[in-house]
Amino acid sequence: MTAALQAATASRLKLDPLGVLLSIAGAAALMFLPFVLVKANRIVPGDPRALGEVLPAWGALGCEAALLLCALVALGVADARVRLAAALLGVVALALAVAAAGDALTPPGNKVMRIAPGAAFWVLLVALGLMATDATTRLRPGPGLRVLFLALSFGVIGLVLAHGTFDNLSVMREYAVNATRFAHEARRHVWLALGSLGAAVIVALPLGILCHRVPRLRPGVLGALNVIQTIPAIALFGILMAPLGALATALPWAGELGIRGIGAAPAAVALFLYSLLPIVANTVAGLKRVSRAAVEAARGMGMTPWQVLSGVELILALPVILTGIRVVLVQNIGMVTIAALIGGGGLGTFVFQGIGQTAIDLVLLGAIPIVALAFSAAVLLDALVEVMDRART
Amino acid sequence: MSAATWLRGAAALLLVAFLAAPQRFAPLFAPLTEYGAPPIYDQGNLALLALAQLGTVCLAAAASTIVAVALGILVTRPSGAQFLPLSRTLVNIGQTFPPVAVLAVTVPLVGFGEKPTLIALFAYGLLPIFENTITGLKTCPPQVLEAAAGMGMSARQRLRAVELPLAMPLILEGIRLSLVINVGTATIGSTVAAKGLGEVIIAGLLSNNTAFILQGGLVTGLMAILLYDALAALERRVCRRVQFD
Amino acid sequence: MITIESLTKVYGTTTVVDDVSMAVDRNSITAIVGTSGSGKSTLLRMINRLVEPTAGRVLLDGSDTRNEPAHLLRRRIGYVIQGHGLFPHRTVAENIATVPRLLGWQPARIRARVEELLRVFQLDPGAYADAFPHQLSGGQQQRVGVARALAAEPAVLLMDEPFGALDPIIRAKAQEDLLDIQRRFGTTIVLVTHDMDEAFRLGGQVAVMSAGKLLQYDRPAVLLTRPADPFVSRLTGVADRALKLLSLTTAGEAALPGGCEGPQVAASVSLREVLSELVWSGARAAAVLGADGTPSGHLTVAAILARGRP
Repeated sequence: MTAALQAATASRLKLDPLGVLLSIAGAAALMFLPFVLVKANRIVPGDPRALGEVLPAWGALGCEAALLLCALVALGVADARVRLAAALLGVVALALAVAAAGDALTPPGNKVMRIAPGAAFWVLLVALGLMATDATTRLRPGPGLRVLFLALSFGVIGLVLAHGTFDNLSVMREYAVNATRFAHEARRHVWLALGSLGAAVIVALPLGILCHRVPRLRPGVLGALNVIQTIPAIALFGILMAPLGALATALPWAGELGIRGIGAAPAAVALFLYSLLPIVANTVAGLKRVSRAAVEAARGMGMTPWQVLSGVELILALPVILTGIRVVLVQNIGMVTIAALIGGGGLGTFVFQGIGQTAIDLVLLGAIPIVALAFSAAVLLDALVEVMDRART
Repeated sequence: MSAATWLRGAAALLLVAFLAAPQRFAPLFAPLTEYGAPPIYDQGNLALLALAQLGTVCLAAAASTIVAVALGILVTRPSGAQFLPLSRTLVNIGQTFPPVAVLAVTVPLVGFGEKPTLIALFAYGLLPIFENTITGLKTCPPQVLEAAAGMGMSARQRLRAVELPLAMPLILEGIRLSLVINVGTATIGSTVAAKGLGEVIIAGLLSNNTAFILQGGLVTGLMAILLYDALAALERRVCRRVQFD
Repeated sequence: MITIESLTKVYGTTTVVDDVSMAVDRNSITAIVGTSGSGKSTLLRMINRLVEPTAGRVLLDGSDTRNEPAHLLRRRIGYVIQGHGLFPHRTVAENIATVPRLLGWQPARIRARVEELLRVFQLDPGAYADAFPHQLSGGQQQRVGVARALAAEPAVLLMDEPFGALDPIIRAKAQEDLLDIQRRFGTTIVLVTHDMDEAFRLGGQVAVMSAGKLLQYDRPAVLLTRPADPFVSRLTGVADRALKLLSLTTAGEAALPGGCEGPQVAASVSLREVLSELVWSGARAAAVLGADGTPSGHLTVAAILARGRP
């Protein structure tokens, strides 16, 4: 009898290990770390302020209550949907709190002051993010649902930003100053990443098919591409500057097209070269995995070699090829950031300017969209790969 | 000796020669400079910079290995299986974040220099090692595990004597991949004042000196290739014992 | 030696082993037979606690197997599985030395034991001690598997379909070798198999299982002459049961005194083989030769046929 009672108590008291970790981290952060940093201007380090100091009592209490609820759910509730809902609630509460802090602390009309989210905010955001990620992973949403969730999140965030709730926060202040340039550089960033990917697919796909058909070519081609991969990005950008500059001087019409020694051209060429290996390697691997039986059957049915390739082999190899494209896209989004060093533009300009001026908010203005882009690309392409995979089987 | 070994040996010799006495190679690089700029990087010792970069990479790799292998072991145990999906997602996210962005974001937290570079390289290098550890441990032949349990090995003994040795080839493969990718990625650290060959490249970019850019880029590339080959050979030696029917 | 009391194993809603009780004598070979899914492997694995029983207990030499940690229990019991499970990353000698090393034997003693076992299993220590499993043939791997299980001199040896992966010629040899090993080391062996002939050949006692229940546990001859259940007779085979019964007795055991003309058979061959020889040659009687080659008795067709009936 006592054994059964002990077992029952133990199972009732069973706390979720992740919940324990996150609750302790969150509580410690709230108590000991600053919630916001108040800076007189964009360059000086800020004065730390705790949550209670920056919001009216009901505001701080409301936020703390929401966070406490999240902690309790994290500790005791096993249902993943409830956990996800609680985590999102916590994020909303946190976001509203920090936006309200920004509003409360900024004297009206003051455009110089900067209110930056402090360490406590970031730790809590990460903790809630982990809770949400864990819950989402447990729910195992299908690809369609994941994309929907991504779109919804972006939609909500976009609306809130447009509405101006966060306008008094440091990062949005930087945006306000750089608004047009931001749009320009963001477009450029996406163009460079997608453009180089597109060009690479056009070249790498046939090259991959060729390497699959003629195994003798593989060591040479893959070896050469491997060597290219080992050259660090900034070096390759730099190395391409001289020949492209020479090209621009020799052929004036090239300069008209935008092919210059500096700027986006060397970056684009370098990205194109970096994108080749994953796509070629994955095309070969994907084609290798196509069952010989399926190819035999297709041939036996009277399909021409081209029809077999396009109708059977490439279709069956598509998930692996798409995985290679996914790797390249995420890689490229990151590498375009470095292109800013050679005048290539893109969101990296804000990152490096921020580093140079020790203005962290400028860095964040560049880094956050880059991370969001990379993350979205990963989610979208992973969903696509999964849909393709399911459709095959 | 095969052609590949000759090539490798020649490359290694070339690298060592260049790092030991870079000025001797000045005539080779002179045509790439304009307006009498110095053909060989003179604002620091190339050999020391190369070693510093290698040091940073190895340190980050050591940290990645410890965390990734420990995590991999944890999530393949019955008690830790619930953490597998989450760990996988997190490690994947670590790889999706562009290292430059991670670098930029960690600078305000830990300052400039080696520390943000280490953090960025650590996060970027986790995935190959983690995934390979999991695959290696999970694909242990079930009969071997059954026999080991039946003979009276405790769970810890099974892990140490059977599962880890059999997973070692895959784990080493992951470490090698992670290391080699990071050698190139580490050059970005120089944008936040980490010591490495990146500063040679950046100096070249700033002063339009292609010679500098080539020196930085080629030395890094050669280091990466040679490291790749050396580790592959080491892997083969260590894993000679492990063969399946 | 091994007492199984009301052992039961339930997975979810399925009862895989249902209230099985039996006693295994010291220094014997017991075969557990049944079709797939009859629970025989699960029963075996409950003896060394690779599977923990839902109910019931196992007594080893009078003491409950739950009295010590499972992994310590298993170091005293040899365990051989189909597919041998040799460690691919260790040499043959290191494989065999596994349990002695776990038990902390002196290196010299381990080395001596490894060499002894290799010789017993007809593997030259010089050639095979430092070889790796993948360098051996299937039959050799299987022998190393059994050697490994016997390394620490266990009193009990559990075997789960040990000869299943071997081709028929090697299998027969392996079965003979097992009988030799048992006689030499005096180990108590419990063997799971789905091959009835193998069970009859090796088992002093045979346990028949079906759908988790123990249908009959007795000597092979009794299974044939007094089956407790129609399933038992179906399993042993009704069509040639007389011949099977004959195969259980040797010529030496059934020989009548006196000599005769006719083909000569050794005392160790089974009556079934003697009958086959008589049919083939057309003779009506055979002379039985003792171990030294001299005639020690004779067998007539009539005497043999009489033995083939319950």
